[in-house]
Amino acid sequence: MLQLNNIHKTFYPNTPDERRALHDVSQSLEPGDFVTIIGSNGAGKSTLLNMLAGTLLPDEGDVWIDGKDVTALPEEKRAKLIGRVFQNPLSGTAPGMTIEENMMISLGRTKRRSLFKGVTKKTRERFRELLSTLEIGLENRLNSKVGLLSGGERQALSLLMATFTEPKILLLDEHTAALDPSKQSLIINLTKDLVKKHKLTTVMVTHQMEQAIDLGNRLWMMDEGSIIFEANEERKKDLTVPDLLSEFENIRGRRMASDRALLAK
Amino acid sequence: MIHALYGAVESGLIYAIMALGVYISFRILDFPDLTVDGSFVTGGAVAAVMIVGGTNPVIATLAGAIAGLLAGCVTGLLHTKGNINPLLAGILMMIALYSVNLRIMGQPNIPMLNETTLFSVLSSWWQSLHLDAIFIAPFEWIGITDFAPDTFYIIVSMIVIALIVKKLLDFFLRTEAGITLRATGDNQSMVKSFSTNTNLYIVAGMGISNALVGLSGALVVQHNGFADVNLGVGMIIIGLASVIIGEVLFGKDKIVRMTLAVILGSIVYRVIYSLALRVDFLEASDMKLITAIIVIAALVVPNMLEKSKAKRQFKKSKQAALKRKEKGEVQHASTE
Ligand SMILES: Nc1ncnc2c1ncn2[C@@H]1O[C@H](COP(=O)(O)OP(=O)(O)O)[C@@H](O)[C@H]1O
Ligand SMILES: [Mg+2]
Repeated sequence: MLQLNNIHKTFYPNTPDERRALHDVSQSLEPGDFVTIIGSNGAGKSTLLNMLAGTLLPDEGDVWIDGKDVTALPEEKRAKLIGRVFQNPLSGTAPGMTIEENMMISLGRTKRRSLFKGVTKKTRERFRELLSTLEIGLENRLNSKVGLLSGGERQALSLLMATFTEPKILLLDEHTAALDPSKQSLIINLTKDLVKKHKLTTVMVTHQMEQAIDLGNRLWMMDEGSIIFEANEERKKDLTVPDLLSEFENIRGRRMASDRALLAK
Repeated sequence: MIHALYGAVESGLIYAIMALGVYISFRILDFPDLTVDGSFVTGGAVAAVMIVGGTNPVIATLAGAIAGLLAGCVTGLLHTKGNINPLLAGILMMIALYSVNLRIMGQPNIPMLNETTLFSVLSSWWQSLHLDAIFIAPFEWIGITDFAPDTFYIIVSMIVIALIVKKLLDFFLRTEAGITLRATGDNQSMVKSFSTNTNLYIVAGMGISNALVGLSGALVVQHNGFADVNLGVGMIIIGLASVIIGEVLFGKDKIVRMTLAVILGSIVYRVIYSLALRVDFLEASDMKLITAIIVIAALVVPNMLEKSKAKRQFKKSKQAALKRKEKGEVQHASTE
C-alpha cells in the first residue's frame, strides 16, 4: 500500500544551518497496517509525514502509494489518496464556515464540485448520520460556525472529515497533543473506531509511548532522521514503555532526549 | 438637498456592484486586491469605446464586465503562479492597466452624451410606459410632490440590477464551488489537503471580483456620460469603505445578509459623500481624505474596542478570582 525507498531530506544543505531531517528511510506498509511513530523532538517524524503527503519533496528516494510512484505528484493531487489530521485543531477545518460546509469540502477528494448545486438534502442527511457516529452532538449543529466549536470538537470533526471518504493512507501528526486529557481519550477512541470501520492504512505520530504501544499493529522509533527501531505485530503485543526506553539506550548509547517522551504517561 | 440624496442613492447602487467585487477579494478570499483602481476603468473604457462604436449598450456593458474578469484573473495568476505577494500583484496590475486603459480609449476622455447608453434606452422605455406617474402617486397622496425625484427610472433600474447581481452572487457562494471558494479564503491549506486546486479558485475568485468591478465601471461611465482614464483613482478605498460601513451598520454572519450590507454600505457612503460636499469648508477634493479616514477609523476602532473589552474582562476575572479566594478561605476557616 505504502512504500518508501531510500528517502533523504536535508534542510538548508551546505549552510551553517544545515539540518538533516531524514536519512535513508526505507519502509513499507501493507493494506490495513496501522503504524505508530515515536521519537524525540526534531527526530524527523513530521518531515516523514510531509514526504508522504507531498508537502515536501525528498532530496533523494521515492514514495509509492497503492502501486503508483507519487514522488513527483503535487500535494493537492496526492491528497486524493491521503487523509490528514494535524496537531493544531485550527488547521483541519475552516473556522468561518459551518459544519456542513466543512464536510462539503472534505468531499473534494471523491467528486468534482458543482457550479449549480449547494448542499443537497441527501448530502445533508448523510452528513448528519456521519456526525452522529461521533456521539458529541455535532449532528444537531450542522449550521454552526466551526470557529465556535471547542478544540476537541474541531479535532473530532477533522478526524471524521479526513476518514469518511476512505483515503488510501491516513496521516495523523500528534493529533491529540493540543487537547486536554479527557478530550485526548475521546479522540483516540474515535481514531480507533474510524480506522477500524474504514479499514484505513494509518501512520500516526504520537509523543505518548503508551498510546503508541496501545494503538495499531506496528511501531517505528525515530531518531536523527532514521527509523532506529521497529516492532512488528508479534513484537508489539508484549512491548512496554520501559522496553522502548531501554531499546533506545541500547541503540543510541544515550537516553532519549525528549522530556516530553520520558514524562508521557 | 433632497434631490442630491436621490443622486447619492443612485450612485450608491451603481458603485455597490464594485463594492461587492471588493467584498469578494478582501473578505471572502482575504486578498487585498488593488487591481480595482485599474479594472474599474477598464470596464468603463471597454463599454465606452464599444458604445461610441455603435454596439448595443447591453452587450457593451457585459463586455466591460468580461474585461474586468480577465484583469482579475491575471492578478490571480501573478499571485498564484508567479508567487507575487497579493498587494504587489494588485499594484502591478493597477499600473499596467493604466496604460492598457489609455490604449483602449485612445484618448484620456471619451464623451458619450449623445450616445445610446443603457440608461438612455431605459429612460425612453420608461417614459413610453409613463412609469413615473405610478411612482410619483404616493408622493402626491401625501402631498410632498416637491420631495419626489425628477424621474425614478435610474433608481428603480439600478435597484433591479444590484439585486440581480446580489442574488446571483448569493446563489453562487452557496453552491459547492462557492463554498470551496469561501473555504479557500478561510483556510487554504485545509482545502488543499482535500485535494482541491486552490490556485484555480483564487484565480476564478479574483476574476469574479473584478468582473463585478468592471461591470460597475461600465455602468458608471454610462451614468456619468463620459469615460475618463482617471476615473478609478482611489476606487479600492471607496469599495473598502463601503464594505466596512456595511459590515459595521448592517452586517451579519450569513452570506445573504453580508451582500445586502455591502450594497447598503455603498449607499450610506454616497450619502455621507454628498453631505460632506455641502459642508462649506470641505471641497470635493477632500473626499479622498475623508474616505481614507473612514477606512482607518473602521479598521482601528474595532481593534481598540476589542482591546478595552479584553482588559475589562481580565480585570473582572481577576476580581472574581480574588473573591473566590476570599470565600474559599472563609469556608476553609469555617470547616476547621
Ligand atoms: N520547513 C523546515 N525548514 C527547515 N528545517 C526544518 C523544517 N521542517 C523541519 N525542519 C528540521 O528538520 C528536523 C526534523 O523536524 P521534524 O520533522 O519537524 O521533527 P519532529 O516532528 O520529529 O519533531 C528538525 O531539525 C527541524 O528543525
Ligand atoms: Mg512534529
